[in-house]
This record gives sequence, structure tokens and C-alpha cells, in this order.
Amino acid sequence: MNFDVAIVGAGIVGAACAAGLSREGLSVALIDPNGIATGSTAAGMGHIVVMDDSDAQFALTDYSQKLWNDLAAELPQNSEYEHCGTIWVATDEEEMAEVRRKQAFYADRGLPCEILDERSLREAEPNLREGLAGGLRVKNDSVVYQLCATKYLAEKAMANGTKFIDAKAVGFSAEGVKLSRGETILCDRIVNAAGVSAPDLSAELSVVKRKGHLVITDRYPGFVSHQLIELGYLRSAHGKDADSVAFNVQPRSTGQILLGSSRQFGVDNTDIDPALVRSMTSRAFEYMPKLRELSAVRTWTGFRPATPDKLPYIGCIGDTNVFAAAGHEGLGITTSLGTAELIVDEILGRSSAIDREPYRPSRKV
Amino acid sequence: MIEHSTDILVIGGGAAGMSAALAASESKGLRVTIVDDNPRLGGQIWRAELGKSKSSEADRLISAITSGKFSILNGTQIFGTANDGSLLGVVRDETIKLHYNKLILATGAREHFLPFPGWTSPRVFGAGGLQALVKGGFNVSGKRILVAGTGPLLLVVAEYLKQKGAKVVAIAEQASASKINRFALGLWRYPTKIAQGLELRSSLGGIPYLKDCWVTAAKCKSPRVSKGETSDMRVSPSLTHGLSHGYSKSTKEALSVMLTQKGRSWSIECDYLAVGFHLVPNTELAVVLGCSIGDGFVLVDKLQRTSKHNIFAVGEPTGIGGVEASLIEGRIAGYAAAGETRKAESLFVKRDRTSRFADSLNSTFALRDELKTLADATTTVCRCEDVSYASLCEFSNAREAKLQTRCGMGPCQGRVCGPATEFLFGWQPGSVRQPIFPVKLETL
Ligand SMILES: Cc1cc2nc3c(=O)[nH]c(=O)nc-3n(C[C@H](O)[C@H](O)[C@H](O)COP(=O)(O)OP(=O)(O)OC[C@H]3O[C@@H](n4cnc5c(N)ncnc54)[C@H](O)[C@@H]3O)c2cc1C
Ligand SMILES: Cc1cc2nc3c(=O)[nH]c(=O)nc-3n(C[C@H](O)[C@H](O)[C@H](O)COP(=O)(O)OP(=O)(O)OC[C@H]3O[C@@H](n4cnc5c(N)ncnc54)[C@H](O)[C@@H]3O)c2cc1C
Repeated sequence: MNFDVAIVGAGIVGAACAAGLSREGLSVALIDPNGIATGSTAAGMGHIVVMDDSDAQFALTDYSQKLWNDLAAELPQNSEYEHCGTIWVATDEEEMAEVRRKQAFYADRGLPCEILDERSLREAEPNLREGLAGGLRVKNDSVVYQLCATKYLAEKAMANGTKFIDAKAVGFSAEGVKLSRGETILCDRIVNAAGVSAPDLSAELSVVKRKGHLVITDRYPGFVSHQLIELGYLRSAHGKDADSVAFNVQPRSTGQILLGSSRQFGVDNTDIDPALVRSMTSRAFEYMPKLRELSAVRTWTGFRPATPDKLPYIGCIGDTNVFAAAGHEGLGITTSLGTAELIVDEILGRSSAIDREPYRPSRKV
Repeated sequence: MIEHSTDILVIGGGAAGMSAALAASESKGLRVTIVDDNPRLGGQIWRAELGKSKSSEADRLISAITSGKFSILNGTQIFGTANDGSLLGVVRDETIKLHYNKLILATGAREHFLPFPGWTSPRVFGAGGLQALVKGGFNVSGKRILVAGTGPLLLVVAEYLKQKGAKVVAIAEQASASKINRFALGLWRYPTKIAQGLELRSSLGGIPYLKDCWVTAAKCKSPRVSKGETSDMRVSPSLTHGLSHGYSKSTKEALSVMLTQKGRSWSIECDYLAVGFHLVPNTELAVVLGCSIGDGFVLVDKLQRTSKHNIFAVGEPTGIGGVEASLIEGRIAGYAAAGETRKAESLFVKRDRTSRFADSLNSTFALRDELKTLADATTTVCRCEDVSYASLCEFSNAREAKLQTRCGMGPCQGRVCGPATEFLFGWQPGSVRQPIFPVKLETL
């Protein structure tokens, strides 16, 4: 059989593309040798967050956040979609100035958010230490258990006729996707949604691994109510220095607390780095001393698929039949839904809700 | 952070670890340290009885230990490694870093549990777990107790409970009568074992030992243990405090247990069910250290060396062989680690005999396939995360099931449900990451 589209990679990005394309009546093959949601998607934090690093990043995260809020109603309960909001925490006046800038940026674009002073911050999150300057609450951000959400998207695609193919892709041609077991999946178009492995199949794409560590605690319902991130995150997350850590905690609907985050380039193994975990937890204790007493159940690591300009590759690669949907770094859970819509629009020759230009694989990076 | 340096570091203060430490400490000038997460050494069999033991091996070990030839770090739980390769542990809420030249892993085993309808009810305990509770002071006098599952531990537990005044209504052993008879006949080759066996049989007097017999369901009208409420693995890494926390809260209602034997089914009333399906090795620390594993056990050579340089493994992690195997393997590793290879080699013949015993033990008490069908759709498989049997059936491997259902993600990190799903579905166990036990964030 000849598929309209073959998607390589069944992470959240590939699954969302499959759901979108099959919804439009296209015949779709979804190819992955490791099952659904087992790559970076299995490791991420599941924070649905609007970011303002650049206008293009804002546009895609804002659009995606709205798509998530629309999808929320139909997500099964095991996706644990919680509309908890984000608080960006400021430690001093310098960071409060950043809070005000961020608030103005979001408010200008119609995103509901509110500045918290020292007292209202403590009221919102009593376990934060005293003496923090304040923060910015972004109301529409959420948390999702992305593993079950990805499975839901894949199942939705399969209910619309998508065929899941348990195989590894080794190359692309005009005919379709060549599999390691020899056969070729015939198709008109290919979507490369292979996450950190995308460049193996499309050498034009520059995607590298940015390793992250996470720790999860036992159940402490009510200990944290919002996703809390330090504003210093902007500096640490985007600094080019090899290793960085930031205060980033997430309340799970189970009552567990997910604690991030670290960022490292150039580390290829999945091992736990105990020293890095320590600096990550120490950073968190600076904001939330009571975390010290909580019981840590597990640590794990994952790789963010990072591009040089921190924007994902979305769209047709040159004049080939291959479309990129890869390189979402630390925002791929959020931006998967927006990415899928842009891919659907481009394949169907429609215009999109947001400008597609900034994400073109052929852009200068 | 506390720092401790030693030449030979032994993790686990059971028969294997004590024996290893003792052998190693025969060499003059070597510093030997033994670490155990319990307040006292002794491991699963001798912990509660140190000082009032009936066993000569235990006495020998205890008097050697009290002679102070090595450092003893009790109440110290090892949860992982540091960047420099040293071990990280927690002792009285403080982090401890242990530096060593040679490491001997003697981390023992825990009970194997299988899900059947009602296994999470109050009044249902692990067999060894109930024994440990009683050793700790839990009163079973006058209680009617059914002991069920498989393995020689059932006999030990039944005898112990009887001695403590319980009325053991029966021992339900899933292994076949023919296998057990063959095993018993073979015991003549193992002189001390036969003595133990005879002694046991006489003190079991009157307790029906039903073979080809197993529990299919248990029912207690008290509320079941709720989501997330499981044994505290910090206190009890091997679930020695039993399966159920509900026993103290539960009402006077007895437990109704369904048994089956050769196609016949009947129910019996009792106060407690003590159930265990033989043992599974504690290999988590070995895995985190990168030691090769085969068939679920730590792979070792004749000198008990693992695949990792300077790391040895002894006792149950290398094969379920009982106390004699643990003692002899401990001595071999202790000598080998101290560089006394000749002394170690002189024990090979003895060790090989205990491993032949272990092989016949394990084949005698291998689990029968019928036990795979005991759980019904609603039976809980993962207690920590409240995952039912039905919700696992659609998955083809442990990782997918874990990621989608959280099976094995709770505080016990799959120590209970992992071996169960391995038996039920043939799933290979998932990855092990430190901390291998929950620890406070500040300790991590
Ligand atoms: C620690 C950490 C925290 C994070 N937190 C967040 C967060 O809070 N919010 C957020 O929005 N994002 C977060 N992310 C980022 C997010 O997880 C990723 O951006 C996202 O999962 C990427 O999805 P993907 O589908 O592109 O990649 P993947 O999930 O990696 O999927 C790619 C798939 O392609 C398959 N594949 C690879 N090669 C081949 C081949 N040759 N043939 C067939 N299949 C192939 C792989 O098996 C894999 O399943 C975090 C990431 C990490 C590591
Ligand atoms: C619940 C139970 C009850 C048993 N009861 C009997 C019995 O009554 N009679 C009998 O003959 N056999 C019994 N056995 C079998 C017994 O385990 C073996 O016969 C033999 O004693 C094993 O000795 P060992 O030294 O290998 O292990 P163990 O005796 O299990 O000793 C291992 C020790 O290491 C400690 N440990 C493990 N991991 C760590 C860590 N990370 N950090 C610090 N300490 C750690 C454990 O807490 C334990 O104290 C029992 C087994 C179990 C699981």
C-alpha cells in the first residue's frame, strides 16, 4: 500500500502529527522500533508553558497552549491534565524588573498573567522561603502526564486508520521510508519526527542532545500548587556553559513533586550524575528549604533535542518530499500540538494560524 | 557528610556478609568494614536472635564480631554511588560516603510475592515478613494461621509460629509431592541439611503439609489497603514487616481463604495468611554498580568476583542457596578480597556442594504455570501505584507498562511487582537507578 504520509518517530511530536494528518483523512504510517512515547517524551516534565525567548517561540508556545486547553476536555483521566498555572519566581529587584517586562510582553499579547508581590507569592506557595521578591503568575499554563497523552494521540490516529509500524527507518527516498529489515514503506511524503535522532535521517538538520536530570518524590499533596520556576532559569537555561541547574518544581496530580532541572551539552550517556543532582537539589532548597525533608523516590535522565537557535525545525526540507518536525528542545511536550497543525497545514497547502517562516528547516541558524 | 575509608567493605550483615568480613579480617593489617541497614547484624535469620542463638555458626560469627576486629556500621543504608565511585549511604538522616579498595556485596534476598485475589487484604502477610514481625514482638498466640506458597521457608516459618503459640492450620505447598519426595531423598548427600530436615519434621508434628496445593483467593471484610499505602521500604527493604499494614486496624473478622489441590477446591477460615513464593535476590546495588547480571543473578567467577574489578558478590544475590551457601561463599570472597587466594580455593569443593543443593532446591520449588492465572482483572499487581492486572495485559514489556500505568514507579521501585510481572508476563525487569531506596532529598 502507498501511504499519503509516513511519520518516523512515535514520540509526542510524531503522535500529534499522526493524529492531525489522519483527522484530515490522509492515510498515515507511524514508524518507531521502540513503541509509543519511549524517547525524550518519556523523560520530560510535561509542563505546558508559554515562553517569550523570541517572538517565534512565543507564537508557537502560545498557539500550542491554546490547543492543549482545547484538547484537555477529551484527554483521558490518566493524562492527568492539571490547569495549575506557572509562577516565575523572582529573588530580587533585578528579577522583579524582568517580571514586569515579562508581564507587559504577555499582557500585550492577551495572555492572562498577574504580578505577585512578596506577600502574595507566599500566599500562593507557602512553602517558598521568606524574603523572595515576588513573581509572575501565568494562569493558563498546565501540567500533563505526557506519556498517556501521547498514547492517546497515537490511539486517536490509529482509530482514524493510521498504521503503526514497529520498525527502524534507515533512509529516505522518493519512494518512501527504507526500513532496517529491508522493505520500503511507500508514501508520498515523509515526516521526520525522530527527535534527537532526526539528523541520522536528514543530515541537513542540526539537532544535538541536551541532557537533563529529574527527581521525583513520594506523595505530598498540596505541598506545591503551581509549576514554580526561577527567573534565573532564563539565564541558566539559555547560557552556553556546559552544565547548568535551575529551580523548577512541578506538582503532579498524584501529590508527587517532580524536581528539575539540569542542562548539559556533550554528554551522551544516560547515567545519573550524582554531583549534578546534588547541585540541582541544592538550588531548589535555596527557594524551598522544606524540600530537604521530602523523600526522593527516583531519579532519571533524558535528552532534549536541541537546535542552535532554540527553535524547532518544522516544514518541508528543501524541495524534497521530507518534512521536519524535530528539535523541540525543552518545549516539545508543549509545542507538539502546534507543530502538528503547522505540518498538516503545509501538507494540505493551507495557511496557518501562526507564521510558519521562523521554523523552516532552511532558515539560517 | 560523613566520610569513611576502609580496605574491604562488605554490604550486608547477614550470614554471607558476616562470614566474608570475618574471613577478610583474618589478614593482619587490613581494615574491614561491614555495613547493614538494620539496627543489628544477623540478616534474615539471625538478626532478632543474635546473642541467644542456637546455631553454632551464628555463635562463631557473633563472638568474632564482638571481638572488634572490624568496623560495624549498623543502621546504614547504601542507596547509590558518588561520582568518584565510592558508595553513598544514609545513616541517621545523614549522608555517608564510603571509600574502599575491595567491595563485597552480600545484600541477601527478599520474598517473592504473586498476586491473587485478596493478596492485599489486611491479615495477609509475607511468610518471612510475619516471622520477622513475631520476632519483633507481634503476638500470634492462639491465632489460626495458614502458611502457603512455596519453598523451605514455609516449613521454617510454620515451625516458628507454632513454637510461639499459633495454631498453624496447614502448610499449602504448590510444589508437587513427587518433586518434594525426590528432594527429600536427595538430602542424604548433605549431612547437616538432613539433620535440619528431620528436626523440622518432628517439630512440625501435627501440621498438615499439603503438597500440590495453593491459595486461589483470600477474603477479609475489612477495607483494603489504600493507594500508595505500602510497607515503608526505608524501614524494611525486604518487606520484612509483612505485606499488610492493615492488621492492627482490622476488625475481629477472620479471613476466608480458598485453597485448591488436585482439582478439589475448598475454603478455610483463619486469622492470618502467611504467604511467600520462595525468594528473589537483592541485585539492585550490583546493577547500579554495573555488575553483569545473568538470569536475574549477579554473575561471579569461582572466587566470587563480579564482572567489575574489585567487586565481589556472595550469598543470595548470586543464587538462592540458603544459609550454608551464604556462609561458604562469604568466606571465599573474604579470603579472595584479602589476597588469600589459596585459602579461598580450599573451599571450592564445599561451595560446589552447596550450589548443587541450591540447584535442586530451586528446581523442586519452581513455580507451576497454574499460578499465572490466579489474578483476576481487578487484582492489584502494583501496590504502590494501585495498578490492576487488567490494565497491564495490553502491554508487551515492562518499560511500556511502567511508563503508561506507573506499575513499579512507586516507593518500592518494583521490588514487589517486578518479580511478579516477570513471572506472569515474562517481562524482563526494568532499569535500576539510584537511589535504590527512597532517601530524603537533602541526602541524595
Ligand atoms: C529532563 C527533560 C525535561 C523536559 N521538560 C519539558 C517540559 O516540562 N515541557 C515541555 O514542553 N517539554 C519538556 N521537555 C522536552 C520534551 O520532552 C521533548 O522536546 C519532546 O519529548 C520531544 O519529542 P519528540 O517526539 O520530538 O522526540 P522523542 O520523544 O524522542 O521521539 C522520537 C522518536 O523517534 C524514534 N526514532 C528515532 N530514530 C528512529 C528511526 N531511525 N526510525 C524510527 N523511529 C526512530 C525514537 O524511538 C523516538 O520514539 C523535557 C525534556 C527533558 C529531557
Ligand atoms: C524474609 C526472609 C526470612 C527468612 N527466614 C529464614 C529463616 O528463618 N531460616 C533460614 O534458614 N533462612 C531464612 N531465609 C533465607 C535466608 O535469607 C538465607 O538462608 C541466608 O540467611 C541468606 O543470607 P545472606 O547473608 O545472603 O542474606 P541476608 O540474611 O538477607 O542478609 C543481607 C543483609 O543485607 C542488608 N542489606 C541489603 N541491601 C542493603 C543496602 N543497600 N544497604 C545496607 N544493607 C543492606 C539486608 O537488610 C540484610 O540484613 C529468609 C529469607 C527471607 C527473605
